[in-house]
Amino acid sequence: MYRLPEYDYYKPRNLEEALKLLDKLGDARVLAGGTDLILDMKTGRYKPRSVIDIGGLKELKYIIDTGEALRIGALTTIQELVDSPIVHSKTPLLWEAAIRFAYWQIRNMATIGGNLCNASPAADTAPPLLVYNAVVKAASLSGERYIPIGDFFLGPRHVSLGRSELLVEVIVPYKSLEKYGSAYAKIGRRRGHDISVVAAAAAIRVEDGLIADARVALNSIAPTPVRARSVEKYLVGRRPGIEVFREASKLVSSDVSPITDVRAPAEYRLHAAMVLVEDLLLESYKRSFRGGQE
Amino acid sequence: MRVEFILNGRRVAVDVEPSETLLNTLRFKLRVKSVKRGCERGECGSCTILLDGQPVTSCMLLTLQVEGREVTTVEGLEKDDLFRRLVEYFIEEGAIQCGFCTPGILLTAWAGLKQGRFKSVDDVREYVANLCRCTGYVKIINAIYKAATGVAGR
Repeated sequence: MYRLPEYDYYKPRNLEEALKLLDKLGDARVLAGGTDLILDMKTGRYKPRSVIDIGGLKELKYIIDTGEALRIGALTTIQELVDSPIVHSKTPLLWEAAIRFAYWQIRNMATIGGNLCNASPAADTAPPLLVYNAVVKAASLSGERYIPIGDFFLGPRHVSLGRSELLVEVIVPYKSLEKYGSAYAKIGRRRGHDISVVAAAAAIRVEDGLIADARVALNSIAPTPVRARSVEKYLVGRRPGIEVFREASKLVSSDVSPITDVRAPAEYRLHAAMVLVEDLLLESYKRSFRGGQE
Repeated sequence: MRVEFILNGRRVAVDVEPSETLLNTLRFKLRVKSVKRGCERGECGSCTILLDGQPVTSCMLLTLQVEGREVTTVEGLEKDDLFRRLVEYFIEEGAIQCGFCTPGILLTAWAGLKQGRFKSVDDVREYVANLCRCTGYVKIINAIYKAATGVAGR
């Protein structure tokens, strides 16, 4: 039987209170959905002195379409993303990552903000958000600031939030991706309901027969979820085709640093990543002239 | 710390440690033994309860998190028509062996039926991902899908 460590428990009634607590309490962990934190406390990864339960903050639960971007409150659950027609139609990569995220019970608790702040290398929502060039909004008593998702992850379980900052919103610009074809895929040990061995999202835009822009992001294959910049650079300006996509996918190896763990050996991860990227580029390309994402 | 919530339609108040999971409060303080302690890591689904109507794993929740909310276990659905029908299909299909996973699966399936999530067998497989170590799932999935389509007998 697992035992949780002892800690002081705080349940702020509004965002203001939460930020004050965060500012005041030194060694605190923020509890959102709890699907990572509770397990990490059970296994002894974290033994915080205080736990701040922000789960009751209804003001951080929303999905707003601005016409250019989706603004998603940090406490929106993964299942709420799955059940949102707006997420499905405007940000299909995020929707696909959400439906492949763990299983129903966990999706009902896990939040998008928690998934990002936990900063697992396997964070499921990260590859699509990296492809959309999402921005997260951090709040503290001294104000708000915006952090591009590409600068958010610093290392495993480590993000660029200050001690007294809370991630409050995820902004997903989708308008700029309208002329792209895009695709997402996740490989786990079994078909579903698992942590990824590798997952990837891709989007490409073709203009006058040449690749004008390419975006590729992966998880579980580096200390943080990453963009495959070498792959992207190689593709831009080239004529799309199977050979080009295959050559590009080989460059994944210079963008990642896979490790061996219980889920897969490093060699397999890298191989799977290359195959996945090649497939996704081809699929994105097909979709780019069929009117974008689907 | 004192916490109050609704358990199967009745208000309960109980003293808990901040580190206490809802699973342990339910089993050891409130004596709700249908909620099973399986993996305790949010993987198996045996400890599933409904929180405000949504299935969640009670091993991954602090009891303090459910303050003021509605918790439902199979005991709370005994008189529900849809639930009784679901149980009938389980019996008819023989969808039970040891029974350890059954309460969690029934709750997950009931919530899915209630929310109209099962348009196909694949939907049942996607949404009812609770682990069962005996049956091989086929009979469970069939029983739930029968309940969803309302097809009797076969």
